[in-house]
Amino acid sequence: MSAFFAIVKRDLTLAMRRKNEVITAVFFFVVVAALFPLGIGPEMNTLRLVAPGILWVGALLASMLSLGRMFAADYADGTLEQMSLSPNSLSVLVAAKILAHWLLSGLPLVLLAPVLGLQFDLSADALWVLTLSLLIGTPVLSLIGSIGAALTLGVRGGDVLLTLLVLPLYVPALVFGAGAVQAETSGLGASAHLSILAAMALVAAVFSPWASAVSLRVALES
Amino acid sequence: MFSVSNLSCSRGSKRLFSGVSFALQPGEWLHLEGDNGVGKTSLLRLACGLSAVEEGEIQWQGQPVLNNIDEFRANLAYLGHQLALKEDLTPLENLQFDAAISGQSLSLADAKLALSKLGLKGREHLPVRVLSQGQKRRTALGRLLLSSAKLWILDEPFVALDTAAQKVLTEVLNEHLNRQGMVLLTSHQAVSLAGQGKAYRLTA
Repeated sequence: MSAFFAIVKRDLTLAMRRKNEVITAVFFFVVVAALFPLGIGPEMNTLRLVAPGILWVGALLASMLSLGRMFAADYADGTLEQMSLSPNSLSVLVAAKILAHWLLSGLPLVLLAPVLGLQFDLSADALWVLTLSLLIGTPVLSLIGSIGAALTLGVRGGDVLLTLLVLPLYVPALVFGAGAVQAETSGLGASAHLSILAAMALVAAVFSPWASAVSLRVALES
Repeated sequence: MFSVSNLSCSRGSKRLFSGVSFALQPGEWLHLEGDNGVGKTSLLRLACGLSAVEEGEIQWQGQPVLNNIDEFRANLAYLGHQLALKEDLTPLENLQFDAAISGQSLSLADAKLALSKLGLKGREHLPVRVLSQGQKRRTALGRLLLSSAKLWILDEPFVALDTAAQKVLTEVLNEHLNRQGMVLLTSHQAVSLAGQGKAYRLTA
């Protein structure tokens, strides 16, 4: 367990020493969310309707931005080799890397979402559900993304391949995440959507560190 | 005891080497020799379990390593071409995180002592990226100094080191061998260490 926290701490320290990578993803999210109201125009009803989808797609693309770097640096400098030779299970170490990725690229989006939602004239209830759906949903993005990042590690043109591989897998999270906010505004209640999203997060939390670890071992063999 | 029997390796359709067998007893070291491209690094990666074995068997304490991979890994220290250092962290932080990831506890004093032994006193708090190539390698050697592993697998450990650092490394290796450790290394220079040493020449 100490190895788990050591990896989380190391990745956070590294990110603090090289802040631009974290800030880029967050700014991307802010800019994308701010551009849509300008493009669509000040029609309140339209904005309220498209808000969940736009914020969710923005979060999805922003978390995608840093996905390619999840294992790339560790692979290039040999740290990944040492991790795979550690007596600790590689799945646990990978889970720590996923947690660090979420803390750096998922959590800031969750915290920013209510502020950005105001631009779309979302009601307080809808803002609350939006934040909650991102809180449950962004870990799913990091978890599924880590499998893609591990599979495309060391592949030429891996970044484009990663996008093609991972974005379709994000669809269920997008549908239920954005759907939760729409269900709330239409008066149906969001609990069903959020429960399904939480189920996805749990399944991904169990399988994805293991699947990523297996793919990483394959990438290290060459 | 660490032994390798009848190991072979191919890259695509090309057979790099086959029928490689050797054994290391506690306190012994083996110098793996061979021309460039003959597969020394591939053999070391096979030996430490980074690549999957196609043919042959690797044993640790008389058991196939796959039967007890965790115990083998706990007793293994590997130094490859890549130094596994984080450029944005200081040498001290690198050693501390490495120790934590490989499940050892390391006190600040021990880490500082290891770095000063390697001639990095006063540079513990600089980011690794501003250090010279030789100093980076010295930092990576600090991992060996602090390691409690029995088997050390080292790929070209003497490369890019000045004579003083080579002397320190030789001392570290001798100390390890005197503690009944085992060393498997490649080097293009002549190596002389304490204890029982052998050479294995790898040929295609």
